[in-house]
Amino acid sequence: MTQPGPARPNPPLTRRDRRRNRIMAMTALTTVWVLLWGTLSWANVISGVLVATVLLAVFPLPPVTFAGRFRPLPAARFLLRFNWDLVVASIHIAWLALRPRHTPRGAIIAVPLRVNTDLNLTLVGEALSLVPGSLILEADRATGTLYVHVIGVRTIEEVERFRRGVYELEARIVNAIGSPDEVRRLTDSYPAGPPQPVDQERVPT
Amino acid sequence: MIVVAVTVTVLLAIAGALVLVRIIRGPSILDRAVATDVLLAIVVAAIAMEAAYSRDATALPVLVVLAILGFVGSVSIARFATRKGDQ
Amino acid sequence: MSLDAVLDTVAAGCLVAGAMLCLAAGVALLRFPDLLFRLHAAAKPQVLGLLLVLLGCALRLRNGVDITTLVLIGLFQLASAPVAAHMVGRTAYPHRDIGRDLLITDELAPDWERINANRGVPSPPAQASQGPG
Repeated sequence: MTQPGPARPNPPLTRRDRRRNRIMAMTALTTVWVLLWGTLSWANVISGVLVATVLLAVFPLPPVTFAGRFRPLPAARFLLRFNWDLVVASIHIAWLALRPRHTPRGAIIAVPLRVNTDLNLTLVGEALSLVPGSLILEADRATGTLYVHVIGVRTIEEVERFRRGVYELEARIVNAIGSPDEVRRLTDSYPAGPPQPVDQERVPT
Repeated sequence: MIVVAVTVTVLLAIAGALVLVRIIRGPSILDRAVATDVLLAIVVAAIAMEAAYSRDATALPVLVVLAILGFVGSVSIARFATRKGDQ
Repeated sequence: MSLDAVLDTVAAGCLVAGAMLCLAAGVALLRFPDLLFRLHAAAKPQVLGLLLVLLGCALRLRNGVDITTLVLIGLFQLASAPVAAHMVGRTAYPHRDIGRDLLITDELAPDWERINANRGVPSPPAQASQGPG
């Protein structure tokens, strides 16, 4: 697990991991159920646990590897920065739409993430998609690459700046929930410019 | 508050009209799916506005349903368009 | 000025801002050149616009039960909007109705065949270790 280089993207889950995943899913579903009813009472909690049990038995969740731990301070920093990005990007897109005689241009860029786990891929993808102006077209689990459509860029320098932005976003997320090993991997230099064509031999399929 | 309500209503009505034009004109079915999604977001905003204006929460469960409905609609249209695609 | 009046003013600001984002999205849907650009336009009222409207609504209602419902609406929307956009975008990409002259670079094109070939293969070995039970 600690060997350098391309670690296995999704190591197998231990029994303990699976039990923790199930408990977390159960808690989340029960919380949604209680929020839906609006009042916190024993009847609501118990019926919520029952519904969650049935749901998880009928529709089991795919395995998720969560090797890290939650750090509140970086998480708060991520949330603040995310809200800021949201507002700035929304205003930017609104301006692009209202600006007279201007056709926006875009680019599709590939960003191979440094931490290639399903959870990291999902979280970075969700955060990118929620911010207007960037959109995930495709995610490749084998290489941990996100293919992002980005709007409002005009030059190749702006494309590179956006790529750097994605890596910074990844660093914020990994710092908030990643394992120490993953945080260490963040210091790897990331490629500027488009990624090299993937060597078929190295792809763990 | 009445001024706010009128302003919001006018803004949302214009937005809805523009989106309807896109739904009618949209060259592909996916364009229409996206525009319908936006129309749904506008409807959600309008219902929430009404609830805020009259301080009446009766309509809020409708919003929960609408928030899920838009997702299901988009995803199923996207799946349907894939099947028909030339792959 | 009482607290109620302040809260009402903030709520009014949120509601108007949300409505203006909806309007900007409507304009963008009409003016943007192709589907991918319109998807960006759609994300605006669905995320920030909706959050602002819900916040305005919560500030007006000021009632625990209603606020939990509003939080839930926001969570559902935030979780589902990216997935829907991703599905639509992925379906749109290989089709020919995307204006390629509007793109500065397209780094997905060289990898497209490989990714889709991989998708046909059954789940990777890392997943197989889950086993029965």
